[in-house]
Amino acid sequence: MSTTQTVQESDTAPVAQVATPQNDVAPGGTTITDAPPENVKMKGENVDVFYGDKQALFGINLDVGERQVTSLIGPSGCGKSTFLRCLNRMNDTIDIARMEGKITIGQQDIYDPSIDVVELRARVGMVFQKPNPFPKSIFENIAYGPRIHGLADNKTDLEEIVVGSLQKAGLFEEVKDRLDAPGTGLSGGQQQRLCIARAIATSPEVMLMDEPCSALDPIATAKVEELIDELRENFTIVIVTHSMQQAARVSQRTAFFHLGILVEVGATDQIFTNPRDSRTRDYITGRFG
Amino acid sequence: MTDIASASPSATGLHTSDAARRRLKARYASEFRFKLYGIAAVFTAAMFLVLLLSTIVGQALPAFLSHQVTIPVDLSQEVLDPNNEGESVLRRANYDAVVRDGIRSLYPFAESRDDQRTVSSLISSGSAVRVREAVLNDPETLMGQTSFTVPLDDVADLYFKDLISDEQRVVPTGIASPTGTQGTIQVLSTANDFRDLLADVKDFLAEQADGVERELAAKERSLERAGLDLDSYRTRLPDAPEGRSDFFESQIGILERGIVSLGRDIENLTEELADLRTRSNAAGADEVLSRQLPSILVEINGGVVKASRISATGIEGEVIIPLESTADAAGGEWSIREIVLPERNRQLDDRSLVYLDQLAGQDRVERTFNTVFFSSGASREAELAGIWGAVVGSFFTMVVTLALAFPLGVAAAIYLEEFAPKNRLTQIIEVNINNLAAVPSIVFGLLGLAVFLNVFGMPRSAPIVGGMVLALMTLPTIIIASRAALRAVPPSIREGALGVGASKLQTVLHHVLPLAMPGILTGTIIGMAQALGETAPLLMIGMVAFIVDVPSTPLDPSTVMPVQIFMWADFPEVLFRQKTSAAILVLLAFLITMNALAVILRKRFERRW
Amino acid sequence: MFWLLLLALAALFVGSLYIGAKRSRQVAGASTSVLHSRPSYHGGYLAIMSTLPALGVLILWSIAQGPIMDSLVVGQFSDQVAALSLPAQEAFLRDARAIAFGGIVGFTDELKEAAAEVYANLRTISLIAMVVVMAALAFFGFRAGYRNIEPQRRTRHFVERAVMILLIACSVVAIFTTIGIVLSLIFESIRFFTMIPIHNFLFGLHWSPQSAFAGAGEVVDANPEVFGAIPLIVGTLFITFIAMIVAGPIGLFAAIYLSDYASKSVRAIAKPVLEILAGVPTVVYGFFAALTVAPFIRESGQGVGLDVSSESALAAGLVMGIMIIPFVSSLSDDVITAVPQSLRDGSLALGSTKSETIRRVVLPAALPGIVSAMILAISRAIGETMIVVMAAGLAANLTINPLEAVTTVTVQIVTLLVGDQEFDSAKTLAAFALGLMLFCVTLTLNFIALRVVQKYREQYD
Repeated sequence: MSTTQTVQESDTAPVAQVATPQNDVAPGGTTITDAPPENVKMKGENVDVFYGDKQALFGINLDVGERQVTSLIGPSGCGKSTFLRCLNRMNDTIDIARMEGKITIGQQDIYDPSIDVVELRARVGMVFQKPNPFPKSIFENIAYGPRIHGLADNKTDLEEIVVGSLQKAGLFEEVKDRLDAPGTGLSGGQQQRLCIARAIATSPEVMLMDEPCSALDPIATAKVEELIDELRENFTIVIVTHSMQQAARVSQRTAFFHLGILVEVGATDQIFTNPRDSRTRDYITGRFG
Repeated sequence: MTDIASASPSATGLHTSDAARRRLKARYASEFRFKLYGIAAVFTAAMFLVLLLSTIVGQALPAFLSHQVTIPVDLSQEVLDPNNEGESVLRRANYDAVVRDGIRSLYPFAESRDDQRTVSSLISSGSAVRVREAVLNDPETLMGQTSFTVPLDDVADLYFKDLISDEQRVVPTGIASPTGTQGTIQVLSTANDFRDLLADVKDFLAEQADGVERELAAKERSLERAGLDLDSYRTRLPDAPEGRSDFFESQIGILERGIVSLGRDIENLTEELADLRTRSNAAGADEVLSRQLPSILVEINGGVVKASRISATGIEGEVIIPLESTADAAGGEWSIREIVLPERNRQLDDRSLVYLDQLAGQDRVERTFNTVFFSSGASREAELAGIWGAVVGSFFTMVVTLALAFPLGVAAAIYLEEFAPKNRLTQIIEVNINNLAAVPSIVFGLLGLAVFLNVFGMPRSAPIVGGMVLALMTLPTIIIASRAALRAVPPSIREGALGVGASKLQTVLHHVLPLAMPGILTGTIIGMAQALGETAPLLMIGMVAFIVDVPSTPLDPSTVMPVQIFMWADFPEVLFRQKTSAAILVLLAFLITMNALAVILRKRFERRW
Repeated sequence: MFWLLLLALAALFVGSLYIGAKRSRQVAGASTSVLHSRPSYHGGYLAIMSTLPALGVLILWSIAQGPIMDSLVVGQFSDQVAALSLPAQEAFLRDARAIAFGGIVGFTDELKEAAAEVYANLRTISLIAMVVVMAALAFFGFRAGYRNIEPQRRTRHFVERAVMILLIACSVVAIFTTIGIVLSLIFESIRFFTMIPIHNFLFGLHWSPQSAFAGAGEVVDANPEVFGAIPLIVGTLFITFIAMIVAGPIGLFAAIYLSDYASKSVRAIAKPVLEILAGVPTVVYGFFAALTVAPFIRESGQGVGLDVSSESALAAGLVMGIMIIPFVSSLSDDVITAVPQSLRDGSLALGSTKSETIRRVVLPAALPGIVSAMILAISRAIGETMIVVMAAGLAANLTINPLEAVTTVTVQIVTLLVGDQEFDSAKTLAAFALGLMLFCVTLTLNFIALRVVQKYREQYD
């Protein structure tokens, strides 16, 4: 697989950071409508994914900018979640899934045999579609990550991390009196923020969110969206969402997937106001999906 | 860009630092250990299975073969039915004498009573019955026949399967000269042909001494313990609680007697030990060969001598088979056999062993597939015992079980799954069925004993009662499996049938039940396999009785395969142990067939809705 | 005779099915569509009408005739029998019946012969009466049913209701089984506790019922000192404990490995291995324990200078543990697989290793299920009979030395009930008291386990 197929080599050529909009079509067929992100945190090159004999992703090339929210949109079954799960190798847990191509974090190929998947996942956290708190107390839910990674030397440190993560997730005020209560007893929105706090506690560099609001009511959704916006200060976030409004509200950069192909990537404003590809336009305007 | 990077509070490096890497290494080590535990667990389980099966197969294989001997018999008209009176006389003729005389005629030199008894015990004690049956079946052919093939005794059978003792043969170099042809004689060699054997015997004595020493130590420990117990009872006796003092006194009596007998044992053992040590240490000295030592047999001039005394150059001993002459025998013309296991520790004495060799030498012994095992019922004689009675008993029991449990189980499942309203009663039934599935099987036996036998007065040991007990035991399994199978039929089928105007019952019987049948049958077969291997409840209702006849109806007393296995396992004879294993193999073969059938059924008709 | 009559009723049933269907077609005339119910239902209707009452009579009569005949005979010989004690009276009747109907007769005398004659007469009378009643019922039932067949008769409803009652009756059999177990155990146990005070049984430290009596059949005051069940309970729990030490970890780890680690091909081998291990009859395990394991333990114990009994608790417990491995592993496998994948994903996504995920997330989540699996396994071990009968001892030693012989509740039940029984001796009845204890304990354990597992299922459904 040749690296020259990628259009942007931003991490090696900072000179190429031209702020003018571009309109290149990458060999994968992707229309790229903006400048590459200033700092590329993660980068997918020619990513193909197969489930058994069935190919789910076709030559995806996508850069994820540091401390940005990148949203992946598209109709169901388009492969956006599959791509997301490639970024921290969660697809490894599915026996029949097979990936080809290259995904890097910093300069490292995350599928390189020398890369440790446990370390990778500690660096690239994930929040799932349905809140999945462990059947333990709120405190233990959050302390779990720091414990297994040995991030706290003593109990005080641990408490500090837990409280800090809950505060960052905006949940602390609501649960501070009942940290010993089971995490499964919280409401759906609180559970999801608990899961986000749990991810924060491990101090990942990148946070992946797989439709984090799809199981939540509008008020809870608003809170989570607010939270995502705040988290952008400290984390690189990739979010898969069904809702175009949500993508518009929380993300700076948007990628549109369709039938396993990355159709169009660009600044969020641009994609929603002036999509280049007709398929993107049809999707945005609600013709399908 | 640079300032953003440097101001980054994000944890770049937190998970990639050396410390983190070191921690990760430790975590992987523990991951590896954890996985290893899992592999070890699975491996252990598999190893147990292999061990179990290999032990049983190893034991069972010899039982599938048996040895028979053809002996001369006198079945002439004069002997059996001198006045030609027909069957009634034929039935009563003395076949025991016919067989006994036949086998004895092969050993004309066995004149003493003991020797003759030894000769008679070589063949199965059921031989006469066999001859009688054969004659009664077909008098025309058998009358006047001069030879008959009968089974060997179980121990003799084992001898020909090489399962009695190791033995070795020494080829002597010297010229041997026997001093007589009968009675007690000496055989002296011109070379040191017996030196190695003598050394062997001395080693054996030393080993025996070690054994006695261990036994002595154990007895001394017991003595000490008994003494302590005795003291404790004695001190507690004065303040024994009301009514317990009798018990205390009886215990004291038992202990006192025990201590006396232990003391005697210890004395005897000490003497024995001293004697053994002296003998084993006297290298090269002559040795008396007792029954506790390996046997040494010398074959010379067509006869066999059993050594009772051995030196480096010769033996003294008793002639078992008379020699033809007292001529000298050169190096290759005579031989020495050592039977390693001492006579006392084996079931076959030297005399029988030599006699059997003679039978084999005359080509009278043949090895055949053991048809007796597959065609006859139980017997006290190991060589005559067969599994067929138990197989038939199991068959009748299973028929009754199936006839009761299958309709009852399926009907109950249909009601509970398709019709039952969700109320307290059905809930109780459900909980009850689940609990019943986990009640120990022996409790069902108690039920059968108390209700079927004592209240209803049904016959003991009968397959029909066994089948009823097992049916009750299997019922929950069948109900649970059938309900699962019914539940797996999608509601759309029911709706379709109801939609064309079928009644609820018609819907279930015509549409749902046929679709659920493969699942129900699978569950039933598995339940039946469980019932087939079940033992404990059948012990309670008397199926453990010793029954020789093969049952012909479910009302006849009989036993079943697992109970037969249980009974045989208790017999001390080696051949019974082998037959136990063989019976287990037969049982397992049935079970595997049934389970394979269930698997095929499941695979064949498995349907994903 | 019973079976012959049953066969006759079956024949009548089949015949009526056919006749009823034919009759309905006859009354329907040209087109059967005028019938409310299909002809086969009319057949069913007629069959039920003609055979069901007679069948009821047959069953009730057969059950009732024994006791009634007994009481009639006792009434007739009241002068002679009154002097006898209850067990002797039963023995008398048993022998008389045996003389009359065939069976094993203890010893005969004139009185018994006379009683036997009465029995034989009574039975002839009873049989004739029963056949007459049955025939009458069958005839009138058939006639009424036959006349009732007409196009508008809703025989389908009738037949369906009958089938429904049959279905309900079948599902109640399970309840009756439980009731039968409970009643028979309680009834015999009460008789036992009238002879032996219950506290002696529950708290006594000495068990040797074989030594309780001088002679068989004689009613002697049983010595309550020898019916203390504590050594049996301790022995049972001890062997169960050894078994669980073997089966618990091996079964659990095997389940974990198979559900979360093993590749497809490993599973394809390991699962059948466990299934075969589960399908081996317990008598085979017992044989294995007695033949291979016990001597092996004994010899290796002697090798290091230990005194090992040839029927050590260790051998029985070890083999029982092997037997229970597949039980633990399949139940644990079920509950471990029931833990939702999302929890595993959540943990893995935080960068935990597989074993951390299992130990810290999956196992705690599955804990209730695993606990109930273990309880069920314990219950199974407590009730297991053949292994201990063949490999554990008979002597009731109160010890917790795994190298000594201990005995268990089930072993004692078998020992007391196999062989000659007199149903009036405390020795035999003690087996029922033990059975009651066993039943209560296992039932409680099962009940708890099933409840726990049910709650657990609800949590993730």
